Amino acid sequence: MADTTDTPAGTRAEEAGPGAGSPLVLGDLRLSSRLIMGTGGAPSLTVLRRALTASGTELTTVAMRRLDPGVRGSVLSVLDELGIRPLPNTAGCHTAGEAVLTARLAREALGTGLVKLEVIADERTLLPDPVATLEAAEVLVDDGFTVLPYTNDDPVLARRLEDAGCAAVMPLGAPIGSGLGIRNPHNFELIVERAGVPVILDAGVGTASDAALAMELGCAGVLLASAVTRAARPEAMAVAMRGAVEAGRLARLAGRIPPRRFATASSPAEGLARLGPELPAFSTP
Amino acid sequence: MNVWLNGERCQVPAGLTLDLLVARLTAAPAGVAAALNETVVPRGQWPATALAEGDRVEVLTAVQGG
Repeated sequence: MADTTDTPAGTRAEEAGPGAGSPLVLGDLRLSSRLIMGTGGAPSLTVLRRALTASGTELTTVAMRRLDPGVRGSVLSVLDELGIRPLPNTAGCHTAGEAVLTARLAREALGTGLVKLEVIADERTLLPDPVATLEAAEVLVDDGFTVLPYTNDDPVLARRLEDAGCAAVMPLGAPIGSGLGIRNPHNFELIVERAGVPVILDAGVGTASDAALAMELGCAGVLLASAVTRAARPEAMAVAMRGAVEAGRLARLAGRIPPRRFATASSPAEGLARLGPELPAFSTP
Repeated sequence: MNVWLNGERCQVPAGLTLDLLVARLTAAPAGVAAALNETVVPRGQWPATALAEGDRVEVLTAVQGG
């Protein structure tokens, strides 16, 4: 099934090489799209619906908030209509205890054991609190959750989260909503090199090349929201992101040439004609 | 008696059960979860959960985010 996924070039993924059509596995969940979307920042549910459809995503984050009886329309009904699985997050939580309770409420409300674990250290940077994130991850794994933690781009912490039983690690490329891309690609390489679970770029994507780079560095997927929902044309950007994730993955599997500091001729050096180096370029015949 | 519903104080009849309190916010509680004093109460237990003076109830649902 997944092996017949069309690639951006219109060829079948299986022709692109082994692994190109393999699913993204998160716990018991298998996804053929490697683009996980967020729903925050979309100006309306109509814009969101179009962007999500264009992205081809199968998994999309939602936040848990106090029920407001005055709100009309719900993000859950949009996801349900599109057949997209919700991924509740613990955004806004500052302690492990808050995050654990929020995850448990999300499981009760949405009937899913998936959780994007976020424990934020401060409002200015929105950087994850590494100690509290690990503490919450341990509790949630014990409680049977499929834990997908938002984490710093720290290879040691990524390892600790994997050891705690997380189903993936989701390092930030740059602060949430910053659009600064992957600030430390070397750390991503180190995380990917050692990880036994999928590594998913979470946060920092500004444009399509950021998503492609993540996949080229060996990430198993990309999670983004603002880059699409706050783009001038969200639906068009969603198409771009979908293509970027696929292209980046295909390039990773294809095996890129090593970067060099000097030129390497791609045309043969042998068989060159003797044409008279002194001949003026604009001489008339 | 008084209880706290999503951070707001509400006056309710003594012994009110959780299902009736949630019904004050929504008629169709699909996609909704409730915590009583920082503990999740599964929906099936709402009708049997009588509230007491000063209880803190949080009723959450999914919204756009992340």
